[in-house]
Order: sequence, then structure tokens, then C-alpha cells
Amino acid sequence: MTAQNPSAQKTPDQGTSDHSTGMSYLDSLPKRLVTVMLPLLVFVFVLLFPFYWMAITAIKPNHQLTDYANYSPLWVVEPTLEHIRYLLFETSYPGWLWNTMLISVCATFISLVTSVFAAYAIERLRFHGSRWVGLGIFLAYLVPPSILFIPLALMVFKLGIYDTKLALILTYPTFLVPFSTWLLMGYFRSIPYELEECALVDGASRWQILIQVLLPLSVPGLISAGIFSFTLSWNEFIYALTFIQSSENKTVPVGVLTELVRSDIYEWGALMAGALIGSLPVVILYSFFVEHYVSSMTGAVKE
Amino acid sequence: MADIAAPGARARSRSWWSGIGQGRHVLGLLFLLPAAVFLLLFLTYPLGLGVWLGFTDTRIGRDGVFVGLENYELLWIDSVFWLAVFNTLLYTTGASILKFGLGLWLALLLNQHLPFKAFFRAVVLLPWVVPTVLSAIAFWWIFDAQFSILSWALIKLGLIDQNINFLGDSTNARASVIAANVWRGIPFVAISLLAGLQTIPPSLHEAATLDGASGWQRFRYITLPMLSPIIAVVMTFSVLFTFTDFQLIYVLTRGGPLNATHLMATLSFQRAIPGGQLGEGAAIAVAMIPFLLAAILFSYFGLQRRKWQQGGGD
Repeated sequence: MTAQNPSAQKTPDQGTSDHSTGMSYLDSLPKRLVTVMLPLLVFVFVLLFPFYWMAITAIKPNHQLTDYANYSPLWVVEPTLEHIRYLLFETSYPGWLWNTMLISVCATFISLVTSVFAAYAIERLRFHGSRWVGLGIFLAYLVPPSILFIPLALMVFKLGIYDTKLALILTYPTFLVPFSTWLLMGYFRSIPYELEECALVDGASRWQILIQVLLPLSVPGLISAGIFSFTLSWNEFIYALTFIQSSENKTVPVGVLTELVRSDIYEWGALMAGALIGSLPVVILYSFFVEHYVSSMTGAVKE
Repeated sequence: MADIAAPGARARSRSWWSGIGQGRHVLGLLFLLPAAVFLLLFLTYPLGLGVWLGFTDTRIGRDGVFVGLENYELLWIDSVFWLAVFNTLLYTTGASILKFGLGLWLALLLNQHLPFKAFFRAVVLLPWVVPTVLSAIAFWWIFDAQFSILSWALIKLGLIDQNINFLGDSTNARASVIAANVWRGIPFVAISLLAGLQTIPPSLHEAATLDGASGWQRFRYITLPMLSPIIAVVMTFSVLFTFTDFQLIYVLTRGGPLNATHLMATLSFQRAIPGGQLGEGAAIAVAMIPFLLAAILFSYFGLQRRKWQQGGGD
């Protein structure tokens, strides 16, 4: 007892004198500014600067773009909408936007419907071998498009759908279905099984349970899977680059890269405007559903 | 609604219950059918077809014949292929280490009590949300040989005398593509690890603090062990995506200068699509599979060991 007393008296002393041992909210303000806020602001600056640079380039008149001696590159004098006008009215850009939208919506819809059924079957019906199918779905998620595009290109060609939007609508679910199924499996698991048992006892069929009990409860999960699938389809590049040849069927990422970049003269203004406008739909979607987005990203990783 | 539907449903319920053992399996397979057809047709079959193509001399517009290991023998003595393997490993290792270090740091920063925390978290994810190709185009402009904003800023600060040739020089080009990849990859690592950090009970840190543990000790003996399972998963994904990366390189350098940034994926594309040698391209793609399997197995067994350790510890 006597031996413990000095040490017990010493502890609060230590806590006040040595900041590093204190709980973080006990740290002094100046120290927190340097160790937390400063690095964080540097991170945010670096992560956001390319967007600022895109935006400022998109509205800069051509003569200011490369004249760093007379104009500060970080700011714009006399902003212009010329690049955006050129992009929207003198290129196929609006068509690419429409293609990307159509392909993403169709691929997302197909993937969601098939994934809901698959996830329900694996997670709730627990048929023979459902565990193995679940594992297979996860492994399918790990197969990268860059080792599939060559055989898929051959298949697309043989099926006669080369250079059509259908080729992309049919191939995008290869990476969307495993992801969405995996996500929805996790979501279905979190819904109490008792709810289903109640419905079963009341005489509901499995179909009714799925449509009337499980799906209404899974709306957040469906939104997560949906917006994530939409974003993945919108951002897809290698399939779109390989399977599409003609300008009127291209998606935004492929169109901007292959059609707006011409030989020697890079039209940086129009390129940046194209990149910015092409990013807008997913950014807007993201800003409305940040929480769903984060949960789908971390949900896929957690399991 | 439920009351009206009830009588009909109740009449059916007896036959349903009697057949539940059977029906569950049949229904399960039926529900699985659409996804299974899709994945077998457009994922499993092409995977097999890709392996087969690697053993043929298929070209665009001409069916190939079986040539055994000829493609692989040619690749074995192909210095460009080995350079691509080296580049891929360098790119993956460099980018993954940086992404992990910086991502973990950012996650720890975001885990602090901060004003505008939700705003910071939302903003940080942006690089990961926008299409890679489009942000890569922005980096292309940032890395421009003549009008790079980075060169301009460094000259203004008096750190360098002349423009940096970001994408024209082998070493610079490698560093530049890794930097762009890290920029895009940090948010994924940071936000995933942040989710893991938030599951660590604060009581552990409080207890350790009362026992006199320093900040570094708490990080080393509490945060890191508690976080390690999620680190393993996140880094597996990160390594897989980095290893098979295509878009960034295709936009920024197309493999140049002098193949210094050619990855296996970009080399495979170049040989197969513009070059027309589907068989050879497929062989390069197949050559990536052992590396991917190694990465997956490594993290899988890494995870297993930790589970066992945790079980033993308890």
C-alpha cells in the first residue's frame, strides 16, 4: 500500500506535464494546429488542386493558357465559355454523354436485378453449396478487366455486337454483378431473420417475402449498390476503348481521349472542360449520397 | 392489403411448408440462375478462352491454331516483356507503399475531433470518384513538358532553374505515373482505414493512456494490431488494382518513353489490339495471373495467421 501511494500521486502529474500521453482532446490548441490541421490542409490541397486546375483551364482564353509571363497561371482574367461552347456544339461530346448515361443506367439496372436474386438465394435460401457460390462470387470480383478484355473482344466480335452499345451493356455486369451481390449479401445478413420467419408463418411465399419484406428494408443497400455500380460503369475505360470503334458510340472517357486529342495541337481548354463535365454526373450523384457511397466502399472491404 | 391476401396465401402455406426442404434448393438455384449465366458466359468462359488464346497464334480477323508454349517462349526472350514485368512490380510496390503510408496518415488525421469533419471526409474521396481517365488527362496537363504548373511553381519558388521534363525522361516518367496513381488511390485507403479506426473502442486508448502509454505506443500496440485485418484486405485490393492498372498509363505515357512505363496490362493491350497479335497479348495477360494469385494468397494467409494469433491471445 505504501509503495503504491507515490506512484498514484505521480500519475496526474505526468498527465499534465507530458502532452503526448494525454488523450488527444487534451492537447493544446497550437500543437493540434501543427500536427493535425496543417497536414490535413496540405492533403486536401494536393487532392483538390487538379480539380481547380481543370476548372481554371476550362474557362481560360487560349492566349492566356500558355502565356505565363504576362498572366499568372493560377488565376484567370476575362473568363470565357468558348471551350465549353466548342465542346457542346462542335464535337460529338453530347452524344458521348448520352451514350455513357444510357450504358451505365442499363448495366446498373441489369446488375442490380440479378444481384438481388443471387444475394437472396445465397444468403437466405442457403441451398446446397451456397457457401461455395458465395466464395466464387467474391473471387469473380477479384478478376480484373485487364486480363479479360482480349477474349471478351473476340467474343464480342463473334457475337456480332462489336462497336455497339450492347457490347458494353452486356460486359459491364461482369464486374458489377460480383460487387453488388457481395454488397447485398452483407446487407441482407444484417436484416433479422425473424422478420422472414414471421412472414413465412403468415403464409407468404418466398417471392412475397423478397419483394414485400426484404427489399423495402434494403433500400439503403440497394442505393449503395446502385450508385456504386453506376459510378463504376461511368468510369469504365478498357472495355469501351476496345469494343467501340465509331465516334457516335463512344463513351465520355474514351471520346475525350481519342477524339479531342488531335495530333500536335492540344486544345487544353476543351480537354479540361470535357474532363470536368464528364466528371460532373458522378460527382453530383456522389454529393447526394456520400454516406451510401462510403458504406458501400467500406462494406465491400469489411467482409 | 395483408388481410385480403391472407386467405389465399394460407391455403397454399401447407403445401409450401411440406415442400420447403425441396423448394428452397430449387428456388435457390432458380434465383441464382441470371447471375450465374452472366458470370459463366462473360467471366468464366472468357477467362478460360484467354488462357487458351495464350497457346494459339490468333490474330485479329484470323482464327489461330494451337502452338503450344511458343508465345511464352517468345516472351521469355523478349526484353520488352521483362521490362514491363519489372515496371509493373516497381509501380505496384512504390505506389502501394506510398498509398498505405499516406492513406493511414490521412485516416488517423480524419479520426481526430475536427471541425467540418464530414466535409473533409467527403472532399477527400473526390479523386477516387471521378473517372480515372478524366483525372489522368488533368495530370497530363499538369505534367506538360512546357507549361507544367508544377515546374512554374517550383521555378517561382526558386527551387529549380528550368522546366522538369516530367513524362519525357524514364525516371521522371515513372515517378510521375506513380504520383498520379497515389493521388487517386489515397482516398480509398484512407476512407477504408478510417472505417476500421472507428470500430476500435476508445476505452482501449483510455486505459492505455492511464497506464502511461505514449502516443506512439498506443498506435503500435493498439491501433495497428486492431487495424491489421482491414489493412490486409484494403491493401490486397489496392495491390490488385494497381498491378492491373491500365488507364493511367494509357493516358499519360502509353508506355513510353522507351517502354520505361509499360505495364503488363498496357503491353498486353498494345500487342493485342493495335498490334493485332491476340494470342501474344493474351499470353501476357495470363502471365499476370500468378502474381495476382500470389497477392491474394499472401493476404489470405496473412489474415488466417492473425485470426489464430488473436484466438491464442484471448
